[in-house]
This record gives sequence, C-alpha cells and structure tokens, in this order.
Amino acid sequence: MENIGALAILLAFCFAIYALLGSVIGKLTQRPFLIQSGQRAVYTVWLLVTVGAGVLIYSIMQGDYRLAYVWETSNKTMPIQYKFAAWWGGQAGSLLFWSWLLATYSAVVTFQNRRKFREMMPYVIGVMMSVQVFFLILNAFVASPFRLLVAGKGVVDLGDGQGLNPLLQYWTMVIHPPMLYLGYVGFAVPFAFAMGSLITKQPGEEWIKTTRRWTLVTWLFQSCGIVLGSAWAYAVLGWGGYWAWDPVENASLLPWITGTAFLHSVMMQEKKGMMKVWNMVLVSSTFFLCIFGTFLTRSGIVQSVHAFASSPIGQYFVWFLAIGISATVYLLLTRLEFLKSEAQLESVLSRESSFMFNNLVLLASCFSVLWGTLFPVITEFFMNEKISVDKPFFDRVNIPIALFLLLLTGIGPLIAWRRSSFDSLKRAFRWPTILGVSTAVVLMALGMRHVYALISFALCAFVTTTIATEFWKGASAIAAKSGQNLIAAMIELTHRNTRRYGGYLVHVGIVIMFIGYTGAAFNQSKTVELAQGESTQLGPYTIKVVGYEEGEESNQYRWDRVIVDLSKNGEHLSIEKPERRFFIASQTPTTDVALRRRLNEDVYINFAGTGAGNNVVMQTYIFPLVSWIWIGFLVVLFGTLVCLVPDKKKLVFPRMEVVETGVGHVKPAKV
Amino acid sequence: MNKNLKFGLLAAIILGTLGWLAAGGVEQTATYYKELAELKQMGSESFDKRLRVGGDIKANSIVREGDKVHFTLIQNDLTLNVVYTGSDPLPDTFKDGSQALADGKLAADGTFHATKVQAKCASKYEAKPTGVVTRG
Repeated sequence: MENIGALAILLAFCFAIYALLGSVIGKLTQRPFLIQSGQRAVYTVWLLVTVGAGVLIYSIMQGDYRLAYVWETSNKTMPIQYKFAAWWGGQAGSLLFWSWLLATYSAVVTFQNRRKFREMMPYVIGVMMSVQVFFLILNAFVASPFRLLVAGKGVVDLGDGQGLNPLLQYWTMVIHPPMLYLGYVGFAVPFAFAMGSLITKQPGEEWIKTTRRWTLVTWLFQSCGIVLGSAWAYAVLGWGGYWAWDPVENASLLPWITGTAFLHSVMMQEKKGMMKVWNMVLVSSTFFLCIFGTFLTRSGIVQSVHAFASSPIGQYFVWFLAIGISATVYLLLTRLEFLKSEAQLESVLSRESSFMFNNLVLLASCFSVLWGTLFPVITEFFMNEKISVDKPFFDRVNIPIALFLLLLTGIGPLIAWRRSSFDSLKRAFRWPTILGVSTAVVLMALGMRHVYALISFALCAFVTTTIATEFWKGASAIAAKSGQNLIAAMIELTHRNTRRYGGYLVHVGIVIMFIGYTGAAFNQSKTVELAQGESTQLGPYTIKVVGYEEGEESNQYRWDRVIVDLSKNGEHLSIEKPERRFFIASQTPTTDVALRRRLNEDVYINFAGTGAGNNVVMQTYIFPLVSWIWIGFLVVLFGTLVCLVPDKKKLVFPRMEVVETGVGHVKPAKV
Repeated sequence: MNKNLKFGLLAAIILGTLGWLAAGGVEQTATYYKELAELKQMGSESFDKRLRVGGDIKANSIVREGDKVHFTLIQNDLTLNVVYTGSDPLPDTFKDGSQALADGKLAADGTFHATKVQAKCASKYEAKPTGVVTRG
C-alpha cells in the first residue's frame, strides 16, 4: 500500500516539473499544444497527490502501524475524526496536506482560467508549479509520510501507535490547522498572478481584479485559523490566554498583517492607479511570509512552546526563500517602468493618505513582530548571545499601533478622496468625536483609570458612530426615494455596493473584537490551595470546594476532578467541575477547565494539581468581555461573506406592472 | 509646506514613537539564554539580569507549596533549584523528565526565581521506539 502512495508522490513530482516546463516553454516557443499539455499535467498532479494523500489516510484509518507516521500520530482508541486530523497532525503529513491544497488550488485556477489570460496563464501555472515542485521534493525525498519502522533488517509492526497529542484532540484543533493552511497556501494564487503579470509586463490591474475574491477568501481562512487557534488556547491550555506572542503564533500573524495591508492598498490601485509597486511588494511579502512561517515552525530555530520537532528540513526552506525572493526582487526591479503611478498624493488630509498610514503602521507592526520573534537569532549572530524578548515588548509596540489603526478605521471611510477641507472634516466628525469623548468621560466617572482601555473604548464608540452614520445616510436616501423602510433600505444599500458596506461590517466586527481585547486590562486571577469545604473569594465570586471524583474513560484517559460550588455575592450560581486528564497511550496529562462564559465576564477555574494532604490547587480567573472577541469575529466573518456577494447591477427597466399573479393556480404542496 | 514633506514628517513621527517604544520594550524584557554551566560561572553579575535557563526536570523534584512550585533542573551533572512564583498555571507538559525553560532571576542564595516556565515533553514526536529506526 505505502508503495503506491510513495509512487504517486514521486510521479506527481515528475508531472509538476513537466507542467512547469511545458507551460513556460510552450509559451516562449508559441506551441499551443505544449501549453495545453502543461495544463493537463496540472490536473494530473492533483490526481496523483490525492492518491498519495488517500493512501496515507487509509493507512491511518486501517491502523497500519508499520508506517512511522501512522505510529507517531494515531492509535487504536482515537475516534475517527481525530484519526482524520492525524493527516496534518505531524510534520510529514502536514507537508503532504500543504502539497495537496496547493495542487487543488492550482487545478481550480487552471480550470477557471483555461480560456482566459492567454498571455499570462502559462506563467501563472509556472509559478504555482515551482512552489508545487518544492513541496513535492519535501514530500518525496525529505519528509516522506510513507517511511517504515524497521529494526535491524526487518520491518516491524508495533501493533498500536502513540496517538495524536491529546491537547490537539479538541474540535477547534481539528479545523484550526486546515483553516490556516487554506489561507497560507491560498496566497500562492494572487502571488502567482502578480508574478505572471510582471513577467508578461501587463500594465493594468487585471491580476488584482481576477484574484480579488481569492485574496478575500484566503484572508478569511487565515483569520478563521488564527481566531480558532486563540479560542482553542483559551479553552484548553488552562492559562486563560488567547495570545502569548509565541514564535509560532507570530508566524501565523505575520502574513495576516501584510495580507490585511494588501486588501486595503489594492483599493488605491483600482481606484486611483497608485501604489502599484507597493502592491507587488505586499503580495510577495505575504506569500513569502507564509512560507517563512512554515519554516519557523518546522526548523526549530527559535524556542517555542509549541512542541514541534526540530528537523533538518529548515535548510530546504532557506534555499527556497532565497531563490524565490531573489527572483521576485529581480522581476520587480526590471519592470518598474510598467508600474508607474497614475496619480500623486494631493493632500495629507485625504483618503489616499489614510490608506498610506494604514499600510505604514500595519507594516510597522509586522516588522516589530518579526524583529521580536527573530531577536534571539539576530543577537546570537551579532553579539554571540541569545537574547529573547517577551510579551511586554510586543504589547508595548502593538497596542498603540492597534489603537491608531482603530482610529483610522473611523477616519478613513468618511474622509474624501484627493483632498479634504477642515470644514468638511469638522462636519463629518462632530458626532463621532462627541460620542467617543463622552464614552471616555462616562467611563472615567465610573472609576476606570486604565489609559489604553479608556482610549480603546472611546475609539470603539467613535468608529461605531462613523459606520452607523454611513449606513444611515445611504439608507435614508434610498428610503426617501423608494419608500422602503430603513432596514430594507440598508439591505438594498449593502447589496448595491457589497464591497464597501461589507467592509464596514468587517470593521464593526473588528470594533467588537477590540472591546473584547480591551477587557484583558481588567483580568483578575488568584491561585490558592484549598482543603475540602474551604472557599476562596475572587472579585464578587465565591469558589468553594465541595467534592472530588476520579475515574477512567474508555481506556483513553484517567481523570480526576474537583467539584466546585460557584456563587456570586452570596447567591448560588452553578456547580463547576474542573478536570485533569491523563492520557494513557501517550502518557500525557491535560486539563479540562471549568469555564462559565457570560457576555460581561468569564469565570475560569483550573484544577492545577494536588498539594499537601488532600488539598487541591485551584487557579481562578475572571476574564471580562472575552466573549466579545468570538462574537466580533462572527461579525467579521459575516461582513467578509457580504463582500464576496456580487454587486446588484443597477439596471433600469421600463416600469412594469403586475397584471395577474399565478398564485391562485399553484397547487398547495402536500404536507 | 510641501505635502510629501508633511506626509514624510508624520510618518517619521509615528515610526520614531514606535521605535522608541520598541527600544524600551527590549530593555524591559530582554532575557538572556544561559546554559547551567554558564550560569554557575557568571557569579554576581547574574543577579540583575533576566535569565532563561533550560534543562530537564529532575525526577520527583516537583513540590507544590501554596501558589509556589519548587523543582530542580538538571543538565549534564549540574543542578539548579528553581522556585516558580508566576501567576500562570504550569503547562500540562510540565512533569518529571520534561525539558523545561525557566525565565526569571537568580537570587543570592543560588535558587532561581522563575516567573515563567515553558516545558516540552522530551522530543515526543520524533521519538522512535527503542532499537527501531525509520527507513525511507
């Protein structure tokens, strides 16, 4: 079986090389059938990688523990969905998963554009296949998932495996890696089109228009992946954090930041023909940061809490990055004349300028995160001393950046293109400013003294007001014209320009998420050792230990838990059961925290261990407003989906009247 | 004033502020990686730096006492007594034999006061059963 898989991957590698050479040489020598055969090779690559992946999944499902990969990532007692997740649960498998996604994307892109962009497409395919070849080299020769376990000269079958890391056996962790991968691999598509456009010296924005939806969808996948990871860390890891500025988390954030910058700056190119070189730089940076992220997590060059294996695979990535970046820079430099800006910045008080500041601070944020993550590597190189920086460094730089971005979110949409006068700004921002400032004043009067929190809440009010004004202005104009009610008019308004109003909805979601993040300024926590019947006070909550249980769950893990009576201001709320688990196959302990989620604050109780005698060590937390992060993200998701809906065409029909409806003739459906 | 100059000036102010914040952040949180052997040689200068030391957790050395956790790190033949006083719970991977990284400061009595501990199961993923190797 494993031979078929390995053979399929090897053949896929050959076909990918053929697709690359066939398309490019076919184009250069003007041989249509060679281009055509290159396109077909793309589909073949997809088919072959799918066979390879299928064999791997089959081996995991069947429990073929002769295979090293299957032995490492699965075992007999794992439920089927986690066995499937084992596909990307380890290094070799996740690289194969990456390959498969890329092959799928390439096949879809090739099929969608089989009759379009005759000039550019062979190169687009060429670029995608170069990346594919690189990953297939890893799959076939460096980190093959089909390696067998051998002792001496014979193959051994160990009968049962180690199992997927129990920490990963959680529903968000089943979909978190595929989401991230869908996002990261997806950026290969806009990148390939950008390069295709550069190689063929296209003057226009064709590549941006074609890949607009791709970019949005992959951005959405990235965002989902990151937020799911946060949600998982919050609920599972037992320390109640959703972001720790760990290198691996940073690696996933970097391309998201440049991707976000790209989504904004393409508007400058589409509307004004500006920032053409910059967009090329952004899309390439995003793509290479995706690759770099994989390198960072897989090479072990920086210490991370994510227990990934360190392996010699890093050097392959370094080579790929070096060659890829050099080629991109060369292409860009030799084609600068085709990327001349069609307009100039006219005023600092303009929409253009707000976009530029947006890009500037996003890039500054990206750079600071990259710098902080690589600080140990940099200092070791220059000072021969490994020095790392920590959460406070990232917070210090990125909180002000985030707040500034929030401010721009409010300003950007209301400020005019080209130039704005102070008078018009005063008019546009009077109410948002009043509401923002009064929010801060009220909160201060209520006793809030945290400066960043005050600024953040004030800005949230400011931005919400600007967006509400935009919706209200547009909708009331439509309502006045058509006589619709305001809600219907708002839907109509959104439908007419889904990108603009969908974008506003995304901003609303971001504001809600900011409210949630700001809650972290008021976290409370306490670690106590308690005997049976004893209680502790945290804020208004009383946490009382009333019992202890232990047991075993279907041969998978042993558990013990504390039974806790939770009350607030003397009033009984609920019985909570924070639990510890010990997974037998992998000999790994995990925690299952008790979490009482509410809109205003979450109560979070972790059973950390046993102390002297029968005492239990309890870690208790209050996390205000955390739920707003997850709710805000749902709004972001919804807003992005709205952006993807095509605009309603403003078709003008001659007035029609309904003469007769067919309702009377319709037979009632059988119930 | 020229608008490009204005824009440049504003950008410079923003980046300058961020750079200043970043520099402060580095100073505040810079943590030096040290091997146990290096730590023992550093002497008194080690007391005022934030340090990160790594090693294996000595078997049966983890003792919980209230909100503190005592344990011993071992690397080659050297040992270091660590007391963890941080507020975050220790990770699930923190157990006898794991590799741990402790961040904190060395006290004059030779114990290490850690405010943050990371732990990794000793190369769980790429571990092979004894005597078994992989073949491509």
